[in-house]
This record gives sequence, structure tokens and C-alpha cells, in this order.
Amino acid sequence: MVVDVVLKPEISDPQGQAVLGALGRLGHTGVRSVRQGKHFVLEVDGEPDEAELRQIAETLLANPVIEDVELHLPARTTD
Amino acid sequence: MRIGVITFPGSLDDVDAARAVRLAGAEPVSLWHGDHDLKDVDAVVLPGGFSYGDYLRAGAIAARSPLMADVVAAAHGGLPVLGICNGFQVLCEAGLLPGALTRNSHLHFRNRDQGLLVERADTAWTTSFEQGQRIVVPVKNGEGRYVAADADLDRLEGEGRVVVRYVDGNPNGSSRDIAGVTSADGRVVGLMPHPEHAVEALTGPSVDGLGFFTSVLTAMVAA
Repeated sequence: MVVDVVLKPEISDPQGQAVLGALGRLGHTGVRSVRQGKHFVLEVDGEPDEAELRQIAETLLANPVIEDVELHLPARTTD
Repeated sequence: MRIGVITFPGSLDDVDAARAVRLAGAEPVSLWHGDHDLKDVDAVVLPGGFSYGDYLRAGAIAARSPLMADVVAAAHGGLPVLGICNGFQVLCEAGLLPGALTRNSHLHFRNRDQGLLVERADTAWTTSFEQGQRIVVPVKNGEGRYVAADADLDRLEGEGRVVVRYVDGNPNGSSRDIAGVTSADGRVVGLMPHPEHAVEALTGPSVDGLGFFTSVLTAMVAA
């Protein structure tokens, strides 16, 4: 299971802006904006529990005051 | 009067905070993050530093330590709590104070003597000051930019929850120059600058910081 944590759009991201500045200096002038986030990979025993994963994401992995979460559960395998 | 100072893994300023408590005339009591024991203290200080190396987010993991559950419960019962720098970050992460502290807008660690305007002289930690008083204490942080949604900032301002505001320059890009805020009941205060580093003429830019620690003694006598 993967949890991506990104800053809310209204929170400025000076690190992303620094990356954007470096890209410009490297000649990648077509990049308009960079937002930096965090990417968590969780391995669990048994079937992933989406409700529990959401709780983990929203109470520890992200701070809801400044960040949004995106959950990515693996497609259920049918073998 | 006994004032607890919590040590987390990575706390740096717990000894200075304990010293400030002693200079203010109270007895400092060492508290350990992994215990469930507040040792019957009359107030608690969360010191500065880099708990858990600022992993995940500054203060995030410390805010979920065993002792913090006791601090949150006691704070809801009126226990005075002061969070300094990393301690402020922990209090925001623990939900005792609103908002969040993020990477400084200029990306630099900033360490300097900082002017502050005291806007609330009636919290448990600021009664030794006059409202509108200007003080100077050190500030030193890399993730000290106070942020919250605009609507929340408006609400905080409306409720008079800003305790201290940066003057003579904003060191980290904090919204509306906010340096410290308080809980609705005025018992919990968090600020990024370091009053515990301004308690003696030999080592500090002033002795203005001592007022935070003497205030809580008055608050406890009054309570």
C-alpha cells in the first residue's frame, strides 16, 4: 500500500520552489511548478484495511492542518 | 512549586529550560517522554531541540509519545504547559495548539536575537509582562514558519490567541508575523523563540525570557 502526502495547495512550498529554481538553471525552463511531498510504502499482514490505512495516513503520516493524503491500494489479485 | 521539563530523544534545551525554572524560583523536575508519570508537577515545559531528528515532521513523533497522552489530558484539565521551539511544534502536532510549523520560507536556519511584541499579558506564561511590551530573546529554527488556513488565522486573531508577534523583522516567514499562540483558556502557550536562553546577562541578549517562567508561578498562586 502506498500513501502519498502532499502540501495543501494554499501552503507555500519553499523546497519545491528551490527545486524549480535549480531546474531553470539546468535549462529546463518549461517546468512551471514543483511541489515536494512524501511517499510512504506500507507492507501489511493479510488483506489491506482501507479504513485503517486512512486513519494511519490522517493521524500520523500527514498533518491535516497543512497536508493532504492520497491512498493507493493494490488492485485485488484474482488468481 | 514544581515545574516539569520533558526530555524527548533529541531534546537539546531541556537543561537550559530547567535552569530558567530554577532562576525563576521554582523547582525543575525532569520528566521522561517514555514514562506515564507527570510526577505531580504544577506546570510543564516542552523544551527546544530536534526530537526524533525532525523525522516525518518536526515534533510529530514526540507528540505521540506515552507522556504526551498524559500532558494532553492534564492540559485539558488546566495544567499550564509551555512549548518552546520544538516544544511548540510538539504541542501543535499533539492538537493542544492550532496551526503548524513548516520549513522557513527562505530555507535557511535562522539564529539571532529577535524582537517580540507581547500581545497577551494574561496567559499563564505571560503575566510578568505588560501588554504591548517589546522584548528581545534568541530565535533559532529551520522549521519555524507558523501557518494555518486564512480562516483559522482570522479566528485566532479575533479570539486574541496570538501571544507574541515578531517585530523588527520576521525570521522565518510566519503568517502575520506570529511567533507564539495560546489555547482558548490561556493555559497552554507555544512560541518559536527561546525565552530560556535570555535569563542571565552573561549568556543572553537580555533577561526578558525569565518573565515566562516567573509568570507561571504567579498563575499557580492565583489558581
